[in-house]
Amino acid sequence: MSEIVLKTIEEKYAEMIKQRENEDGSELSILNLGPTHPATHGIFQNVLLMDGEKILDAEPTIGYIHRAFEKIAENRPFYQITPLTDRMNYCSSPINNMGWWLTVEKLLGVEVPKRAQYIRVIMMELARITDHLICNSILAVDSGAFTGFLYVMQYREKVYEIYEELCGARLTTNMGRIGGLERDLSDTGFRKLRAFLKEFPVAFKEFETLVSRNRIFMDRCINVGGISAEKAISYGFTGPNLRAAGVDYDIRKVNPYSSYQDFEFDIPVGKSGDTYDRYCVRNEEVWQSVRIIQQALDNMPDGPYHADVPDYYLPPKEQVYNNMEALIYHFKIVMGEIPVPKGEVYHAVEGGNGELGFYLVSDGSRVPYRLHFRRPCFIYYQAFTEMIKGGYLSDAILILSSLNVIAGELDS
Amino acid sequence: MAEIIGNNQKVELQPSEQGYNGPGFQLTSLDKIVGLARSKSLWPLPFATSCCGIEFMATMGANYDLARFGSERPSFSPRQADMLLVMGTIAKKMGPVLRQVYEQMAEPRWVIAVGACACSGGVFDTYSVLQGIDKIIPVDVYVPGCPPRPEQILDGVMKLQELVQNEQYSRRESPEYKALLASYGINVN
Amino acid sequence: MALDNATVQQKVAEKFGEAVKDFTEPYDMLTFEVDRDKAIELMQFLRDDDILRFNFLTTMCGIHFPDNEVERQFAVMYQMHNWLDNTRVRFKAFLNGENPEVESATRLFNSANWMEREAFDFYGIIFKGHPDLKRILNMDEMVSFPMRKEFPLEDQGRTDKDDRYFGRFPANSAEVGSVTPGGNR
Repeated sequence: MSEIVLKTIEEKYAEMIKQRENEDGSELSILNLGPTHPATHGIFQNVLLMDGEKILDAEPTIGYIHRAFEKIAENRPFYQITPLTDRMNYCSSPINNMGWWLTVEKLLGVEVPKRAQYIRVIMMELARITDHLICNSILAVDSGAFTGFLYVMQYREKVYEIYEELCGARLTTNMGRIGGLERDLSDTGFRKLRAFLKEFPVAFKEFETLVSRNRIFMDRCINVGGISAEKAISYGFTGPNLRAAGVDYDIRKVNPYSSYQDFEFDIPVGKSGDTYDRYCVRNEEVWQSVRIIQQALDNMPDGPYHADVPDYYLPPKEQVYNNMEALIYHFKIVMGEIPVPKGEVYHAVEGGNGELGFYLVSDGSRVPYRLHFRRPCFIYYQAFTEMIKGGYLSDAILILSSLNVIAGELDS
Repeated sequence: MAEIIGNNQKVELQPSEQGYNGPGFQLTSLDKIVGLARSKSLWPLPFATSCCGIEFMATMGANYDLARFGSERPSFSPRQADMLLVMGTIAKKMGPVLRQVYEQMAEPRWVIAVGACACSGGVFDTYSVLQGIDKIIPVDVYVPGCPPRPEQILDGVMKLQELVQNEQYSRRESPEYKALLASYGINVN
Repeated sequence: MALDNATVQQKVAEKFGEAVKDFTEPYDMLTFEVDRDKAIELMQFLRDDDILRFNFLTTMCGIHFPDNEVERQFAVMYQMHNWLDNTRVRFKAFLNGENPEVESATRLFNSANWMEREAFDFYGIIFKGHPDLKRILNMDEMVSFPMRKEFPLEDQGRTDKDDRYFGRFPANSAEVGSVTPGGNR
């Protein structure tokens, strides 16, 4: 890392270290929980001032994977920005994709048909399940329980197969089009989805039995890294971390989008905002997501899977290869020569970590004038320093895992 | 189907690729045996930065299982690792860290660049992203993809195994290797 | 719900008079402009007033308008959300192009800390009163502000790109580097 940052940190702590040395002879130490560390899930650094095992102060440094998404987005038409949004919260890419398409559809005034909305809801809830699965199983791994992770990764593979039926890719999905989806979910996709809904609850129950009431896990997680609701709101928390602190704020209920108002689901809320509450809130959200997917499957309406907007929706490939008009439209849309109104729009979706917002300023040209992502990880990671002060190093690792900080979302 | 093998019964041995063998002996060269031992037990250092890291987690999981290729113990300590798997985008801010980790690894060491971002900067042709890690460290195998499927990552590891198997034992002392490291400015200690 | 855009507009205009202007409602969100020295006072009013109760700072970012006059080249956009009545509001403060400065919002919301550092990192906007204003995402040694419109996206130091594939010829681009066809590396 750059010499400059380390020097400034050492200077900052030099005062405290000298003062302590003079008092009782024991020394404070500086520990670099560096960018590459097996327990930090992602690339960010914390320089800790330690008194033995206790943490007195921390200095976070981020930006080790800054890829300048906001700058790239100023040079790309709308269809070419979707792959960028994938790579922000890469554990749950469909949510990012759908959030982006909902913003663009709001700007262009495109109405999405019901069937497409329901399939989008299914994909978003599957993504939410996978995001929470990774977070909770890695939390268990960090406290020493490796088995749960292996069981749970199997079900992530099953969800990847369902994504592949719709968009062809496993992880960075680039799913959807303006006005709907690129193809209808095939019969194989529905069959796999039904099989998933039958097998997954059994396996997840097994995971919960292993970990949730495990004495060691509970001792390590309860009363560790708690945060009060007022502080959480001031630090800009949203999502499961805020709900664990007791505030039931969920964008799916507050500003419903893509037919979420048609579904019945509860919002789990914790009490003290500590690590165990965050773990339990995420678990409960997985069960609620399974409930939503079941309802969406049972009530799936018939109809088109995309809106009738030839100006914005890429024409099907058979026509592109055979029909001149479709070829021209395909070229125009990919290059971005589409009628875009001027204006500014903000749309938020409930991502795996909270309110994922897209602020789009358009000046009528083929590329956005300004695109700003409201990334929940970036905003709530500020509170990490305060949450670990006064605790032990091993607690700091668990707090970091339970916050579910994804490096791609942290540095845009 | 248990058969009792008597004391003096001749046992058929599999012919070995590395030279000529028989019961109790193998005739081969030191290079090949050392290559065999090294290639079948490459311990990875997962340097996972972004999305490719999640595909690596899937590769390590039960479905694709990297462990059956000998990579049973992912080591996060550079001193104890054989191959450095760089997965994900390396920003310019991260470059010195990657360089430091590479320098701390003990010989013999190999590097696999997993994913388009590590190979050449990938989708991100911007001011803040290093356009390929081979600008700062020497790379042995490139695995393209965004992210590469776990099968591709396994293919990359298998290609590395082939490379390791056929490497000369004295390669790390040779002047060509030293010149390679010098061209990257890496001090050989 | 109970609080609609007209009430918000009326209360804000009543308190701040000429300092707030240009009220519009793009896509149902009240958007207006505020003078740069009254921006944080406005935020505090929105947060503490009994009827307005905007308790959450959703996001804030910087925007660069190089084509405007010098007094309005940078803008800071704040967006707030009232959770009790489910209303959102957005306001912008335009800043001077050569000397963009505005008061920091960290005394009102802790989440503004890093968001302001990000705006400083990208645009060079100085937030007066910020406890620790330094770069956050880019390298500390960087001198320029990358999100400004004049800063190029691509790395200018590359020698291995063949300009012909990017449509850049000496006739139509000043950015053509010292690349021989076929690349240098």
